Amino acid sequence: MKAACWMGAHRVVVQEVPDPKIINPRDAVVRITSTAICGSDLHLYDGYMPTMEKGDVLGHEFMGEVVEVGPGASSTLRVGDRVVVPFPIACGACLPCERDLYSLCENSNPNAAMAEKVFGFPTAGIFGYSHLTGGYAGGQAQYARVPFADIGPLKIESDLSDEQVLFLSDILPTGYMGAEMCDIEAGDVVAVWGAGAVGQFAVASAFLLGAERVIAIDRFPYRLEMARTNTGAEVINYEDTDVNQALKEMTGGRGPDACIDAVGMEAHHGTGVIQAYDRVKQAVRLETERPHALRQAITSCRNGGVVSVIGVYGGFVDKFPMGSVMNRSITIRSGQCHVQRYMRPLLERIERGEIDPTFIVTHRLGLDEAPAGYETFKHKEDDCVKMILDPSA
Amino acid sequence: MSVPHDGQAVRLAQGLGWLSIALGISQLASPKTANRLVGVQPTRVNRDLMRLVGVRELVAGIGILSRRQPSGFLWARVGGDAMDLALLGNAVASQRDTHRDTRRTGAAAAAVAAVAALDVVAARRSVATGQAPEGNTMEARTAAITINAPSETVYASWRDFEGLPTFMYHLESVQPTGDGRSHWVAKAPGGTTIEWDAEVTDDIPGERIAWRSVEGASVRNEGSVRFADAPGGQGTEVSVELAYSPPGGAVGSLVAKLFGEEPGQGGAVGSLVAKLFGEEPGQQISDDLRRFKQLVETGEIARSEGSPWGSRAKNAAHQKDAHPREDGEIRAAIDEEQGVGP
Repeated sequence: MKAACWMGAHRVVVQEVPDPKIINPRDAVVRITSTAICGSDLHLYDGYMPTMEKGDVLGHEFMGEVVEVGPGASSTLRVGDRVVVPFPIACGACLPCERDLYSLCENSNPNAAMAEKVFGFPTAGIFGYSHLTGGYAGGQAQYARVPFADIGPLKIESDLSDEQVLFLSDILPTGYMGAEMCDIEAGDVVAVWGAGAVGQFAVASAFLLGAERVIAIDRFPYRLEMARTNTGAEVINYEDTDVNQALKEMTGGRGPDACIDAVGMEAHHGTGVIQAYDRVKQAVRLETERPHALRQAITSCRNGGVVSVIGVYGGFVDKFPMGSVMNRSITIRSGQCHVQRYMRPLLERIERGEIDPTFIVTHRLGLDEAPAGYETFKHKEDDCVKMILDPSA
Repeated sequence: MSVPHDGQAVRLAQGLGWLSIALGISQLASPKTANRLVGVQPTRVNRDLMRLVGVRELVAGIGILSRRQPSGFLWARVGGDAMDLALLGNAVASQRDTHRDTRRTGAAAAAVAAVAALDVVAARRSVATGQAPEGNTMEARTAAITINAPSETVYASWRDFEGLPTFMYHLESVQPTGDGRSHWVAKAPGGTTIEWDAEVTDDIPGERIAWRSVEGASVRNEGSVRFADAPGGQGTEVSVELAYSPPGGAVGSLVAKLFGEEPGQGGAVGSLVAKLFGEEPGQQISDDLRRFKQLVETGEIARSEGSPWGSRAKNAAHQKDAHPREDGEIRAAIDEEQGVGP
């Protein structure tokens, strides 16, 4: 089959690899009908995520048709089922899984000892996302092996299109969880850093959960325009506006009740000096992140507010404003999304027409064009927000 | 986790390690002052010499503090003491003509001699604890994990000894032989095996199992596993303790040679047992417990394309690239870990 493989920083090659097969009893094999490039894939593309190996198949947002089912998954899944696959691999049996904390599954990461050294305790396996999260082949391919297939994949039995349900695999639940962690109450103002795909869904979800106003912060006018027209957000372009000051003014001097960081480890812009400081330290691996959005989210948040972190971080941040967090009673909540918890309720919201996730799709390419897709996406060329790949094309 | 053997010896070695580092830093920082203190003219050659001695002290100090078995670095310190005494002797000889600072140099030599005596004591004790004769010391390792299942279930899974090799990769087979005894076969490098008979010494359903090798085993060993309800009914805490003693006598020499090491040459118990199974035993038990938990909770061992052998810390450094493989290749990778030894 064809698969998009990571071959080093800024190098993705679509090449022939063997078809995946059942390895464990609870595995299934899925023929992929739609897959996507995630903003978090760009951290791998840029080489900032440790423990990648040349040849790793990328991709953790995919859906398709079940073509083979192991004996341990056959009670819930049949050949021919149409499924969306959640990006965290989770067993469903350990304590975190029982508590709906699927991205913290204790059994799905064979490289748990490696993750333990970096994070203190290991986290779940993830498709196509470095060896720290298990070394699983990803879904930017024509087929994928899906472990614990009896509990992960969500069956789609209605006639919704791929584009309407594909994002249940990651970014829609991720944006939703970002908003849910804000404990939004009527009248709340929520600010969202990053108006990429996840940020767009965080904005939409904050409104769904009852926020009165949502403010999107980015530097690309086309992304801010997307948030304004599709979700009704107010916007700040941080390239021409002092964000802290603007947020204060927009909230009567008090600050937003909750701030969502939908940017993560490669934040683009700070003041010139801070940006240069972070870039240099990240380049020589003295810190693994450029956490400017997170710093700003913390210092902008109102006293006693919530900072919700859904942008991906991989290691250690520098110049972290802990004094602001502690003295102002800020609550920080975060996590890789527990996708399995949100898939069904969000599918129902899609079916009821409460949210239509297709508005973020700007590019549709064949799998063969994945290398060009990564370049376009990375450089935000051609007003790119979300890129869908068709493995059959 | 390693169970410490001789606290006093460890403290002495650590004290000497810190002394080395302190000396090294001051010698490097101001070789001139250091030369004057020991009554030696701070000429350029002497200053360079003092810097070299400083580097040597730093290396020895770091070596002693960072090693579980620092005996090599402690003996290196003894060698360094001899070198220092020779240098100081040389200094005294050259001072005879000038009669300058002989008293300072003599005091320095006396101090070096006193520290040398301590170094010899520490080095000898370090070796003594490292190479205890069979019967005196067992190197114990512990690890624990919480499994989301009732203690009776977890106990029953462990008590089925024949199933242990499924998750304990260093074992090839365990066969019950009756009377609470069993025959254990473990893998050793080069496709060889080590075998012994063991007997169950304690067996309380849902609570504890203990076993030990019977008289005459080539690798004397014992182990126990305790099952305790986790707080709040959140599963079962499983705590394992395994202890091995090194093979002694002729067998010991044979085993040592097998691993390319001269018997009695710096090979401490820990490192010998580690080599026996190809990795650090503490890590190995943690890996075993992870796989045991996976089997009990999910019915399978998690395998990825990058880690087809499943949880195994020693393979972190040589992952396969994560793309699908032909059937045979996955099977071979699994067999490599489970079938042919470490």
